[in-house]
Amino acid sequence: MIDRTVLKEHLVKWVLVAFALSSLLFLFLIFIFILAEGLPLFLKVGVNKIIFGMKWAPTKGYFGIFPMIISSFLVTIGALIIGAPLGLSCAIYLSEYAGKRTKMLLKPAIELLAGIPSVVFGFLGVIYIVPLVRSYLGGSGFSLISTSLVLGVMILPTIISISFDALVSVPRTYREGSAAMGATKWQTIYKVIIPSAKSGILASFILGMGRAIGETMAVIMIAGNALKIPTSILDPLRTLTGNIALELAYATGDHRLGLFSTGVVLMVIIMILNYVANFGIKRKIAK
Amino acid sequence: MDTKIATDRLRLSFGKTEVLKSITIKVHRNTITGFMGPSGSGKSTLISVINRMIDFENNVRIEGDATIDGTSILDGSINPIELRRRVGTVFAVPIPLPRSIFENIAYGPRLKGTSDRTTLHHLVEDSLKKAFLWDEVKDRLGTSALKLSGGQQQRLCLARTLALKPEIILLDEPCSGLDPISTAKIEDALSELKSEYTIILVSNNTKQIARISDFSAFFYLGELIEYDTTEKVFTAPAETKTEDYIQGKFG
Repeated sequence: MIDRTVLKEHLVKWVLVAFALSSLLFLFLIFIFILAEGLPLFLKVGVNKIIFGMKWAPTKGYFGIFPMIISSFLVTIGALIIGAPLGLSCAIYLSEYAGKRTKMLLKPAIELLAGIPSVVFGFLGVIYIVPLVRSYLGGSGFSLISTSLVLGVMILPTIISISFDALVSVPRTYREGSAAMGATKWQTIYKVIIPSAKSGILASFILGMGRAIGETMAVIMIAGNALKIPTSILDPLRTLTGNIALELAYATGDHRLGLFSTGVVLMVIIMILNYVANFGIKRKIAK
Repeated sequence: MDTKIATDRLRLSFGKTEVLKSITIKVHRNTITGFMGPSGSGKSTLISVINRMIDFENNVRIEGDATIDGTSILDGSINPIELRRRVGTVFAVPIPLPRSIFENIAYGPRLKGTSDRTTLHHLVEDSLKKAFLWDEVKDRLGTSALKLSGGQQQRLCLARTLALKPEIILLDEPCSGLDPISTAKIEDALSELKSEYTIILVSNNTKQIARISDFSAFFYLGELIEYDTTEKVFTAPAETKTEDYIQGKFG
């Protein structure tokens, strides 16, 4: 006769395995679903006409999303220009200068920042940033620069927490070795600690980019959603995510498939970013 | 003999634990002085007072004084960063920075503002030669210092310290993780270097201290038990504790 406790142990283990694998299953299903819906249009219209097409008029058979790809990259780079220096400085301050009490105050604040829903960021952007840009810089205010500003703040928690981990994990011996050679604190930071934490810091930027490129709600509220490649930082633009969110509610037929194609492109971009970030993190561990 | 480093009734405690109990010692210029004693005897802590690395510890209280060339180094007006350029340190575990061999040695001089390529090249070559490492690495100065063997890394750290042109070199158990051949190379280098520098060698290895030091100090539980010429300490120690330690009865 089989021992009942042993049986129970096995049961618990297999139930946990099943639950653990379910997340993998969901990922796989999402992947299949988006590809199944998105790929047919690529075959029908042609990859070139979608990815490099300049005109998006899905009801008339034009599915060009090139302006949106460019726009997505522009807001992401804009967000990085704002978020990277701010986030890295904050991480350096936290890991190298802040005392225990400041750290205890700042770290929860940063985690809270990560938890604020994006619609709130969008709301604040519409109420404050857009009018400010409109009155001081011109244009409608719904623009590349407004979107970059808001996204720059939104990606701060990602950049700060991952860079912070990378900086903190630089061995104490490096700091001591550098100090013993007469380096000042700042010299040690920029000549030894930042170079040692480089791959982790890069990974934080890339994951921040992933967050910025995937952000939807705040973006459609602030970006203006115009269908062209912006020529100035004050021009409105429409991102890949924004395109899907704005039109899915009423899209049918090929139009709907066009939105899935947008999703396929977005997914590929994010997969590449994640892959690059993981590569960076792995290299850090290997060292 | 001329005194280079001196401490006067130096007491140091971490919180409530007293680690150094009224240490008074005079270290002579251009000699190798060996600090020996079982772990916990305070010898490494004494070193960290001399290079002010003690600043990185929390909860430290220091009484008494420590001087270099008669000037107090515990005084508030002393800049610890300036001090560490005069007092070079080689640690127990070699810690090359994750950079090339060349950059590791050029690091200190660059911090001081030396940027001229030729000067740096001369300095790097000269330091590596003095540390007996030049012949092994001269063809690959651009490769990462982390690729060197443990013994080579330790000599690199010695070279890096020499490039600072310090007056004093502190070595905190520099050979504890090294094979006998690497150890011998470091010892040879140190014996050559003492004409230019004042060297303090902290070591658990009494034989090493006997081999290369001119003066020996024996520490035990935060106290300086005995301090004399190496010959005297090793042939006719005044204290039985010293004798027991040297003979390996404890420690």
